[in-house]
Amino acid sequence: MAALDQFEAKEGVDQETVDAVREVSTYKYGWETDIEMEYAPKGVNPDIVRLISEKNEEPEWMTEWRLQAFERWTGMVEPDWAMVEYPEINFQDQYYYARPKSMEEKPKSLDEVDPKLLATYEKLGIPLKEQMILAGVEGAEDAPSEGRKVAVDAVFDSVSVGTTFQDELKKAGVIFCSISEAIREHPELVKKYLGTVVPVSDNFYATLNSAVFSDGSFVYVPPGVRCPMELSTYFRINAENTGQFERTLIIADKGSYVSYLEGCTAPQRDTAQLHAAVVEIIVEEDAEVKYSTVQNWFPGDENGKGGIYNFVTKRADCRGDRAKVMWTQVETGSAVTWKYPSCILRGEESQGEFYSIAIANNYQQADTGTKMIHLGKNTKSRIVSKGISAGKAQNTYRGLVSMHPKAKNSRNYTQCDSLLIGDKCGAHTVPYIEVKNNSSRCEHEATTSKVDDDQLFYCRQRGMDEEEAVALVVNGFCKDVLQALPMEFAMEAQQLVAISLEGSVG
Amino acid sequence: MALPELKQSTTEARLAALSLPEGGCLDAARRAAVARVQTMGLPDRRDEYWKYTRPDTLTAVQGPTAAVFDSGEAPMFDTFDRIRIVFVDGVFDADASDDLSLEGVSIERLAEIQGKDIHWAKDIYGVLEARGQTPVQRPLAALNTAFATDGVVIHVTGTPSKPINLVYRHENESSDAILHHVIKVDSGAEATILENGPAASRFNKAMEIDIADNGTLHLVRAQGRDHERRAATHLFARLGRESVFKSFTLTVNGVLTRNEAVVEFLGDDAVAHVAGACVGDGDFHHDDTVFVTHDAVNCESRQVFKKVLRNGATGVFQGKILVKEGAQKTDGYQISQSLLLDDDSQFLAKPELEIYADDVACSHGSTSGAIDEDGLFYLRSRGVPESEATDLMTLAFLAEAVAEIESDEIAASINDRLYGWLARRR
Repeated sequence: MAALDQFEAKEGVDQETVDAVREVSTYKYGWETDIEMEYAPKGVNPDIVRLISEKNEEPEWMTEWRLQAFERWTGMVEPDWAMVEYPEINFQDQYYYARPKSMEEKPKSLDEVDPKLLATYEKLGIPLKEQMILAGVEGAEDAPSEGRKVAVDAVFDSVSVGTTFQDELKKAGVIFCSISEAIREHPELVKKYLGTVVPVSDNFYATLNSAVFSDGSFVYVPPGVRCPMELSTYFRINAENTGQFERTLIIADKGSYVSYLEGCTAPQRDTAQLHAAVVEIIVEEDAEVKYSTVQNWFPGDENGKGGIYNFVTKRADCRGDRAKVMWTQVETGSAVTWKYPSCILRGEESQGEFYSIAIANNYQQADTGTKMIHLGKNTKSRIVSKGISAGKAQNTYRGLVSMHPKAKNSRNYTQCDSLLIGDKCGAHTVPYIEVKNNSSRCEHEATTSKVDDDQLFYCRQRGMDEEEAVALVVNGFCKDVLQALPMEFAMEAQQLVAISLEGSVG
Repeated sequence: MALPELKQSTTEARLAALSLPEGGCLDAARRAAVARVQTMGLPDRRDEYWKYTRPDTLTAVQGPTAAVFDSGEAPMFDTFDRIRIVFVDGVFDADASDDLSLEGVSIERLAEIQGKDIHWAKDIYGVLEARGQTPVQRPLAALNTAFATDGVVIHVTGTPSKPINLVYRHENESSDAILHHVIKVDSGAEATILENGPAASRFNKAMEIDIADNGTLHLVRAQGRDHERRAATHLFARLGRESVFKSFTLTVNGVLTRNEAVVEFLGDDAVAHVAGACVGDGDFHHDDTVFVTHDAVNCESRQVFKKVLRNGATGVFQGKILVKEGAQKTDGYQISQSLLLDDDSQFLAKPELEIYADDVACSHGSTSGAIDEDGLFYLRSRGVPESEATDLMTLAFLAEAVAEIESDEIAASINDRLYGWLARRR
């Protein structure tokens, strides 16, 4: 922690502040689980693709699908249009499959899962025991117990460790399991939907993912069912030099509703690690999906060493009329983020919403935003994006709003704000707006400002120290997005905002 | 890196069809520009900067022909007391032009200074254009620097009593003109430049403007109405301390217009406004691409663009504010709005910000939609016929851009034109 020691030496900074900064600047999830792992050989080639498919006990059609994706990927070029810089990635110098040795025999129930793995999730605040209340949720004690239940699918490196509440969900008709299990147990659903929202050849990382994805979650909510609890997947990268390629497929059939949460962390390491996920969501007529992410991958240290390269393709397809999808994301982790959760508004009167807070500190780079493709009549979309840059970080909002000629009477409202803390960071906005009919309305607003002096002065006058004041002002700035987060994340998100910004002032 | 094959061949063909003027004080600048074109290659559809506008007719060896259009109206700015400099299809017309001597300003032609060995314009010609090639490439501007056949070289030393009017006439259906102007405004000097007319069937124009500390330049242009003409214009402005640059462009008609404005603040406390109003009808395609770089403290930039589109017209706006590290107290404002009068027209916008300084206020807004039904209803309920109410609403929509013109007299003449144009199209 050389940088913090230097900080200590600086005049006029009291020990308490230094301790506080040390506390918050330390990535809390940077520890590692000491567990025996089993790896596929380094690199990626058709044999590795076959091996992953074999490990997941996949049918022949799935293996073929992967191999075709790999074939395409070899002819593709890594995109370079995002405002991020990182050393060239050697795709052959990392592992594409890693699983704990104890997972060789798939545990039949959570009781059989390696206690070390359970302890890992326990430590992350994600107890994998049913009926447990999620730690740290305010008011959880008073809530009726079924209202607070959250089913969790826990993914550890390349494999799903276990999924809770599966039986109870089954009673409601909801299928919630790992994608590898779904490929085996529900091939007809996977075949019908996989790759239909994010085509195999969509982009470089999505194609790579299609070839080598190891695990992830699968959700199917049947017609008319309101999923009885929140569903959640927690992704943990533990192994070194290993990329995580998860694949999530969510299908909300006619008139159904599901709220899905995603969390992720990784150990602190000197070398960067790759994470390239694909999330596909299909929303049928009158269905609604709420997808919330708190992305807290290891962001690299204060000198920009290590961290996760987060190259993610997320897309929702509102196929039926009045379908609704809502993306909410709090992005605080990752060294490099390249992520644009999008909505295809195909059904008439379908709706897409995107709420995002991206916080970048130290040497983090985030290039994130959304695409709203209006194809159906009377479709609506709303984008609220708040970017905060501190230290030497770069934060970019990149988005597209497209109103097709047939999307009559559609409506978009976009607001993107950036906040800069310090004069060595950057905030950028790159929106594309394409309006091809005149009955639709499109509005885009963006501002960039520093923390308002008057507001800071007001807070300090009331006895707050500067850091507290900044945290308060920033929380106000982010309120629009935080309010859209489900209860389970609200407190966590508030904390994250304060944590990432404290210590940046002055 | 080698250019893609198609780009390479298009570029080579275009270069081969042009002849490079040789010798004199601009020789080195022209040769350097040729090298830039060769390195960059001419733009094509695959370039992100040309995502919304097809450059192929601008880069082809021979541009499509364009019929000469008689609007039946008097030339723009005709009633003003001004110095006229007339170019017909890109060729200077001495008989139609006024005497070029005026106190407070020296006006020369590019073709005249070309042969001289020493001239002040050497320090600006191609220099601002070359600076404007990063971070985004503008190969058509480099092509212009290399092959411009004529233009004006204006040195503003005081405050001339009347505006300088560059008049561009189009008489030949297959004309292809390349003009390059250099304008230098001395410290404390102030001038107004007016430009009007369609110039040629295909027109490539570049203007480099260097404004010294405390200098002021007003630029108002009305791009000619010839329906089939094509134009690619570049404006490069470099601003010194406490200087002021205000530009307004009116575009009605033209099958293809790409106006790029590149403004760079180098001195503190300067002000730059770049505004445009356009009214497009039919297969009209109009593209405003603006890049403002703040590299000084406490400067103000405004971009105000309004587009009225109908019958399948396309309006494009690509605007960017770049605030460099240390450019504190920057006030950057950008608004682009379109009024779509029918369902076939489209508006494509990319309003960008790139900011590396924390004590700044930058905002950009972009809206697009149909005419406000409530406003229309209000006017009709007061007895205003629908067509007139639509015109009133359209003029009101464009007013914010026209208001960027400092001279009331010029603004009034622009409004008259707009109203007349709308009235005839009823």
